[in-house]
Amino acid sequence: MAVTTEDQQHGLTAHSHGAGAPVTSRADHFTSFDVNAFEVPGGREEIWRFTPMKRLANLHNGAEATGTATVEVTAAEGVAVETAARGDERLGTAGTPGDRVAAQAWSSFTEATVVTLPGDAKSEPTTITVTGPGAGQVAYGHLHVHAKPFAEGVVVIDHRGSGAYADNVEFVVGDGAHLTVVAIQDWADDAVHVSAHHAKLGRDATFKHTVVTLGGDVVRLTPVVTYTGRGGDAELLGLYFADAGQHLEHRTFVDHAVSNCRSNVVYKGALQGEDAHTVWIGDVLIRAAAEGTETFELNRNLVLTDGARADSVPNLEIETGEIEGAGHASATGRFDDEQLFYLQARGIPEEQARRLVVRGFFHEILLKIGVPEVRERLEAAIEAELEAVGA
Amino acid sequence: MATLEIKDLHVSVNTEDGAKEILKGVDLTIKAGETHAIMGPNGSGKSTLSYAIAGHPKYEITSGSVLLDGEDVLEMTVDERARAGLFLAMQYPVEVPGVSMSNFLRTAATAVRGEAPKLRHWVKEVKEAMSDLDIDPAFAERSVNEGFSGGEKKRHEILQLGLLKPKIAILDETDSGLDVDALRVVSEGVNRYKGSSEVGVMLITHYTRILKYISPDFVHVFAAGRIAESGGPELADKLEAEGYVKYIGKQEAASIG
Ligand SMILES: Nc1ncnc2c1ncn2[C@@H]1O[C@H](COP(=O)(O)OP(=O)(O)OP(=O)(O)O)[C@@H](O)[C@H]1O
Ligand SMILES: [Mg+2]
Repeated sequence: MAVTTEDQQHGLTAHSHGAGAPVTSRADHFTSFDVNAFEVPGGREEIWRFTPMKRLANLHNGAEATGTATVEVTAAEGVAVETAARGDERLGTAGTPGDRVAAQAWSSFTEATVVTLPGDAKSEPTTITVTGPGAGQVAYGHLHVHAKPFAEGVVVIDHRGSGAYADNVEFVVGDGAHLTVVAIQDWADDAVHVSAHHAKLGRDATFKHTVVTLGGDVVRLTPVVTYTGRGGDAELLGLYFADAGQHLEHRTFVDHAVSNCRSNVVYKGALQGEDAHTVWIGDVLIRAAAEGTETFELNRNLVLTDGARADSVPNLEIETGEIEGAGHASATGRFDDEQLFYLQARGIPEEQARRLVVRGFFHEILLKIGVPEVRERLEAAIEAELEAVGA
Repeated sequence: MATLEIKDLHVSVNTEDGAKEILKGVDLTIKAGETHAIMGPNGSGKSTLSYAIAGHPKYEITSGSVLLDGEDVLEMTVDERARAGLFLAMQYPVEVPGVSMSNFLRTAATAVRGEAPKLRHWVKEVKEAMSDLDIDPAFAERSVNEGFSGGEKKRHEILQLGLLKPKIAILDETDSGLDVDALRVVSEGVNRYKGSSEVGVMLITHYTRILKYISPDFVHVFAAGRIAESGGPELADKLEAEGYVKYIGKQEAASIG
């Protein structure tokens, strides 16, 4: 068994929290489809303590839907797209809401969208565009993506527009299937998005899940991965860029309850501007039965200006000694002046040098996304973020 | 004809215990075509001198001046200095993850030359320059200096010297960490550039061994933040034999073995 940890802390406003076992075990985390089973959170609760509750448009406090989000699917050949009513037995099979907003979304959505990738076949990328209900409006939604056994394909979920939106997104990855997902949060400045992703991986399934969060006033995303058979392999990647006033929160949870599965979590974020705030919570639970687990998680934050704050909390809980390897690392640093100096000493103007360094910082994630169209768009989006402040 | 004039340069570094003066009045003039070896014991301030000239933000110039062809270098930003024709091959080159060597080199060449080099010529130029320094072409796709060995980093510094073609080159312990073969390859790289241009070179070193490959016109002994003695190549021979004892009051060799 190999357990490695690495914690570094730089920068006055960077906060790296003690790693190791959380106060309460992740195994005891409460889940329910019933919104009333959850108390209305006040903000002091462990899972809400970083979230600015006042800016949630009451999604946590019974806000009624006043509008709808538009869901458009550009499906690849062979990929089935349906709408499903509440009660459809496929819905809710990938996971159970783990907080009040997810449970609220579950009980409030009007119509779910179900996307099915054909089994034993390779399909071209499918894009699901979700447009918010509009400024001042509230909407709930539900997406269900099913990759049948030995399916191979890519699903891009593109969020844009205004308003408050809470949803559950399910990924059922069948035995031997390879599903790549890219979820882009490119919201308008006012948007509030609270989203629970539930992935259930079959035997020998691989799941590559990339989250890219750029826009929105508050975005809180909770990807959860569970395994139902041996050989499951989950790669959770994240890239976020917070500007002044934005709160971008990502809470990953990988639940290793089955033996011989793998997980790798890599989230990287950049922050710039007054009160830009990012939160990354990385929970990994290796249950007693999960022998031969291999897991690693990493979060890196690049603080580009004063007044920004990055919280980073890796939690690795291990209930068995028989693991392949487990580790985590978390680091939050100021912009590296030595890198800047080196590039400038070669004649590269400061602005351009900064951009090179930030692009370089995200490069690893962009490379791993593996969907060329998406990568180009993201490179352009990062460029735009950097230009916005003249960094 | 480029000239770098350093006059009565005083430099401090900010430490936790306040500012600490490291350079205590350095005077030195380097003209095009000349090679000046700066030799001194550990901690004497050689790197501080090179960083101060290049404009590293950690070092504060408290008095004195640095002029390049009469222009005030100290008024320039780091990148302006480089574009004005100054080049510093660093003792410890910096790793820049995620930025490929080829992207970096092209961006730097574009900045220094004032226009993007024509792609076709550029590819050929880089390829040849790499091969001259025995650098595997695969390095072009690796991140700048990331995971490079000490010797590989130094080769890439000299690669940049050849591609960026400065008027004045400061080579800070380019010889350190090099084995015999690498020292030869790197020295040949420096000599090739010297032969093709009228560059003025400040060759900083602790040991005399690189001077067997790159012959200096002048040798300066650097001790306690200033030039303690200047002379011709014969001064290096003296240091080789006697070490730095005369300058620092204790034995520190300038030769190996
Ligand atoms: N950032 C810094 N903080 C504190 N002290 C510093 C700093 N930079 C340099 N110094 C000190 O200044 C002095 C000169 O350092 P410098 O690196 O210029 O020496 P050097 O002659 O290049 O030595 P070497 O032969 O080891 O490369 C040393 O005493 C060093 O500890
Ligand atoms: Mg030095």
